This record gives sequence, structure tokens and C-alpha cells, in this order.
Amino acid sequence: MSAPKRPTGLSPRRSARRIWAIFSKELAQLRRDRMTFGMVIMIPLIQLILFGYAINTNVRDIPVAVVDQSQTGISRTLIQIVQATQVVKVTERLPTPEAAEEAIKAARVRAALIIPADVDGRLARSSSIGLGTPASTDEETSRPVAQWIVDGSDTMIASAIKSLRAMPLTEVFRKAPNRSTPTFEVSLFYNPEQRTAVNIVPGLVGMILTMTMIMFTSAAIVRERERGNMEMLINTPVKSMELMIGKIIPYIFIGLIQTAIILGLGNVLFNVPMGARMLDLFVGTLLFIGSSLSLGLVLSTLAQSQLQATQMTIFVLLPSILLSGFAFPYEGMPVIAQYIAEVLPATHFMRMIRGFVLRDAGLAELHKDALWLAGFLVIGLTLAALRFKKRLD
Amino acid sequence: MGETVITARGMTKSFKGFKAVDGMNLTIERGMIYGFLGPNGCGKTTAMRMLTGLLTPSAGTVEVLGMSVPRDAEALKYHIGYMTQAFSLYGDLTVMENLKFMAEIYGIEPSAQKGRIAELLERYELTELSDRFAGKMSGGQRQRLALAAAVLHEPQLLFLDEPTSAVDPESRRHFWEQLFDLCDAGTSIVVSTHFMDEAERCHRIAIMEAGQVRADGRPQDLMNAMGASVVELEGPTLREIRRKLLTVEGIVSAAQLGARLRVLVSKSISDPVAFLTGRAETAGATLIEQVRPNLEDVFVTSTGEGRQ
Repeated sequence: MSAPKRPTGLSPRRSARRIWAIFSKELAQLRRDRMTFGMVIMIPLIQLILFGYAINTNVRDIPVAVVDQSQTGISRTLIQIVQATQVVKVTERLPTPEAAEEAIKAARVRAALIIPADVDGRLARSSSIGLGTPASTDEETSRPVAQWIVDGSDTMIASAIKSLRAMPLTEVFRKAPNRSTPTFEVSLFYNPEQRTAVNIVPGLVGMILTMTMIMFTSAAIVRERERGNMEMLINTPVKSMELMIGKIIPYIFIGLIQTAIILGLGNVLFNVPMGARMLDLFVGTLLFIGSSLSLGLVLSTLAQSQLQATQMTIFVLLPSILLSGFAFPYEGMPVIAQYIAEVLPATHFMRMIRGFVLRDAGLAELHKDALWLAGFLVIGLTLAALRFKKRLD
Repeated sequence: MGETVITARGMTKSFKGFKAVDGMNLTIERGMIYGFLGPNGCGKTTAMRMLTGLLTPSAGTVEVLGMSVPRDAEALKYHIGYMTQAFSLYGDLTVMENLKFMAEIYGIEPSAQKGRIAELLERYELTELSDRFAGKMSGGQRQRLALAAAVLHEPQLLFLDEPTSAVDPESRRHFWEQLFDLCDAGTSIVVSTHFMDEAERCHRIAIMEAGQVRADGRPQDLMNAMGASVVELEGPTLREIRRKLLTVEGIVSAAQLGARLRVLVSKSISDPVAFLTGRAETAGATLIEQVRPNLEDVFVTSTGEGRQ
């Protein structure tokens, strides 16, 4: 019997069919893995709703205590005006500043307003009211009306209370507020209502894609090893690169579905614009999905078990959340942290998606980030294919 | 016959100083079933992995189907089939999906795929199981699927690593019939086993121990050329006779088989029956007779302490 002729050399058609075979196999396995399949839909859905509603940098209704040492009509009016700002909510009334400090220490309140016994006199002399004769000394006019003591450990709470420092007091005397001229005119573009969700929702696409894409693919190769399929697989003519490409294609679709869920629902629930740059958004998202997947594959060739793969995913995920500009402004970080952030695909995607969706920017304006992601994708994929040996030694 | 499919010279594999396979020489001819017989850890699997190109030999040369391994390992993969010791197809895919996957990977033309898969399903009695998940099947069914997948691309050479260790005796018999069918159709087969009865079915075997080939040849020739005579004893005190005999010079081994004690006596003793009958150690034996050697006797005389 003569052996049937089988192809041995390189053939793009054969290659494409092997990639298709790997792709179909991954898809069939994914479809049967109900838990993972459910996560694909539920992770973006739940996280979008949770974070969209929960994360708010405009702090309101901070619980505070009041120590009213004056007990006059003026002091009561002052407390009402402070509450009317909605920044704070008075939850306790305490007799002494010491009691207020205790309440802050015990975390019953985050701050306390101390109104001194001579609040009436201080108010009358305050330049912010504009009553009476001009003050004779600077010391006199610079005396504040009352004092806040604040748990300053949370900078965001502290800033919110500090914003009350210049609160207009004219209402105490039913007088129209001073028409003061600001030093600067500030025009807020792209998010004039200052809604946090507008910034959070597009960023969430980057976070969820980082998490799911890296997690899925970091387990992809190591799973074949753990389930005992590897020895069979490396005995077939499949090439490393074909295996890598076949394995990431299903997740590209998953990534696109997740992006559509987050942006679509973000638009419906939180009124976050989708932008008109659909093609740029599509290409940018594809690049980011691709680079996250190839990073996952590299991790998968490093990991010895699925548990290790998960640990490595978290190692990448945390800096992606904290340094990419999702949670804190990139510009506020020290230079070294910025360099680290530049390495992460999430940082580049964060800039791109906020640009496309919020600022109507396109790939032309953000080509540097797009090129960086493309380079990351190619290098990652090559590295994974090179690292993946069709040998057991 | 006569054409060689595998030639290995001084094939060695060391793992951190430990020689799993040590200077193995092999010549395997086309159209035969060649067995590696040996205990667990003797290097059977390592040898097989070097022959398929999965492991790089630390020393020595390997040529399979005229191709140098591991250099030409990728080209070789189209011409060899490999059935791993543990089931290594996808448990969460059906029988049909597994076979289709392998057909695509091996580049079998779509027009030929359907017919080839149907033929294999029929031959290996898998037609009715084609929609069953591989992970939900019995050991015997999985083994048939693994064999079907390994021969899907009609390899010239088939490697089977302990193919029957997870199946019942009935499936094992059946499996071997199928191997002979394949062999008859021109496929050369290399199989590793630790079962004597399986080894006896091979055309040729290599008895392995500690990474080395202790003996190789046709099972019948090995039995004929064995360096010991086999004598069986009957009697009421076989355990005691055995204990005493093991201390006697010229006795290679003694093992009880039911109501009989099987004793291997060195070839240096010309009349083993007379030798045993006349000794005090065999007092109480009711019957002493010489019998034909079997492969286990060959194994015992060529390995371990019985090695001569």
C-alpha cells in the first residue's frame, strides 16, 4: 500500500482551515461552558449598572455633627443654609468640640461644624456680608464665622467640605448675594453637567475588556495542558501561530459583544453619548481586544496551571484599573507611574475610547495610541507563538 | 517486509542527570507490530516520545520513515498517528466533533472527510455514539474513538502508548483484532505495554528495564533462546519449598501460579528435573515436571535480579 499524500509544506489554505478548526472547537467548548458563557453577558451588565449608579465623585449628604455654642436664631439659620447646600447632612448635635472629635474618631460623622458663642458678632463684622463700617484691622475681617473639623483622611470628602469655605452668607440676612466677578471664566466641554457616569462608562469598557479578555486567554493554553489534550495537540501538524490565532478569534467576538452591551446600555441608562465615530470606535476596540488577548496568550504560555494564569491576570488587572486613568487622572501620577501606565494597553484604550465617545476625536487624532496597541498585538502574538513549543522538553 | 520504518542508534534521554532512556538501539521493519514490554518507569513512554519528535534525544540518532527526528518532526506528523496513554481528545466535544476537528487539523479534504469519518465510525462501532460527549463514554468506547482519531489521516506508522491499560479484557481482545486489521492493511505499529499476553501478540518485542533494552526479537525466539529451563512443582507445602529454593545456587526464580510453583532453573544445569528432585529443599513435592517457557519467564530471566 502506498501512503496517501498529505500536504507537508506551507499552504495558506490549509493554515486557514486549521485556524478555522481551532476556532470552531473553542466556540463549541465555550458554548457548553454555561458558567463562562453567562459571565460574558453578566459581567458587563452587572458592573455597568453597579458602577454607573454607584461611582460618584460629586460627594453629597456627608454625615456631620453640629456643636452650636451660640444657640441663637442666627446660628440656626446658618445650620439650615449649610444643609441646603446638600453637601452635608446634620445627623448629630453635640455639646462640645471634644464630643465632636470623638464622634469623628468613632466614624459616626465625617466632620463637625463648631459654631462659636459670638457667631452674631463675627457675622456682623464679616466682610462677606458687607454690613457696618469697614474693619479696622485685617485680623478682625479675617476671622471666620465658624469652624469645620474634618476627617481629612479621605481627600474627596475633605475637598467637598473645603468647597463650603466660601459659601455665601448673605441669605442669613435675606439679602441678595454679592455679584462677585470670578477671576477666570471656565467653560466645561464634553461633560458640562459634570456627571461622573459620562467619564466612568466608556472607561468601564476598558476595565471589563481587560479583565475578561486576559482571563479567558490566559487560561486557554494552560487548560489544554491541564485537561491532558496537549500531548495529542502537539502531535498534530497544527502550527503554533495557527493555534494562537484560532484561540483568540472567538474572544474577539465576545469582546465586541461586551463593548456593545456597555456602550448601548450606558446610553440608555446613563445617557452617555455613543459618539458618531463608529468606525474609529470599532477599529480602536478591535486593537485593544487583540492586544489584551495576545497578552493573555503570553501569560498562558508562562503559567503552569489555571490558578497561576488567574493570578497573573490580577497582576495585570490592578495596575490597569489604578494607573490607566480609569480611576485617577493620568496627569496626577508621578513620571515613573506614567511610564508603567504607558506599557499597559488599558491606558491607551482609555484615551482612545474617551476620545471617540466623548470628544468626537478620531483615529487621526489618536493614532499614537492606535499604533501602540497594534504593535503590542503583533509582538504579543509572536512572543506567544515562539514561547509555545511543540515539544515536551 | 525488510524495509525499515524506524532506526535508532544510541538513543538516550536524560532528565537532570537521570537517564530515562539509555543508549537504545532499535530497528523496526515495515508491516509489523513491535512491542515495548517493561514495567512502569522503564522508559517506554520516553522512548516513544523521542520517536515521534515530542522529546529531543540527549544523544544518539533517530530516523523515522526516512526522516531525521526531531529535525523533520513537523513533516513527519502527517505520516504518523499517536495514541497517548491517557485519553487526550476533548471530553466536552462529541465523537463526531472530535473526529471532524482532527480531520481539519490533518488537512483532509472536505469532500473526503464525510466518507472517511463514516467509515471509521462504522469500523470502530461508534456510529450510534457519534453525538455522545467523549467525556461521558466508557473506557473501551473512548479507546476506540482515540484509535479512530489516530488513524483518521491513514498514517503509515502508528504509535500506541499503553493503549489497553484502561479497558476490560473483552475490549482488549477486540482492540488487538483491530490492530491486526490495520497491520494487514499496511500500517506499521509500535505499541508499549506491561501486559505479557499483549506482548506475546506482537511480531517482535523489546524487553525494557531502567531505560535499556534487555532483550529483543520475536517472542517465540526469545522463549526458545531463554537462558533458563522452566520446571513446575506441585505439592502441599509450596510456600515453604519456594522460600528454600530461592537460596539455592542455579535457581533463577520461583513463583507460585495457583496450585503450582513455577521455577526457573539456570541453563548451566543440564537436567533441571533431576536436579530438583534430588534436593532436600523440594521434599514434599508430589510432582516435578519441565514445561514450555512463556514470555513472563523470558521477562524474569532478562530483567531484575534474574537477569543473566
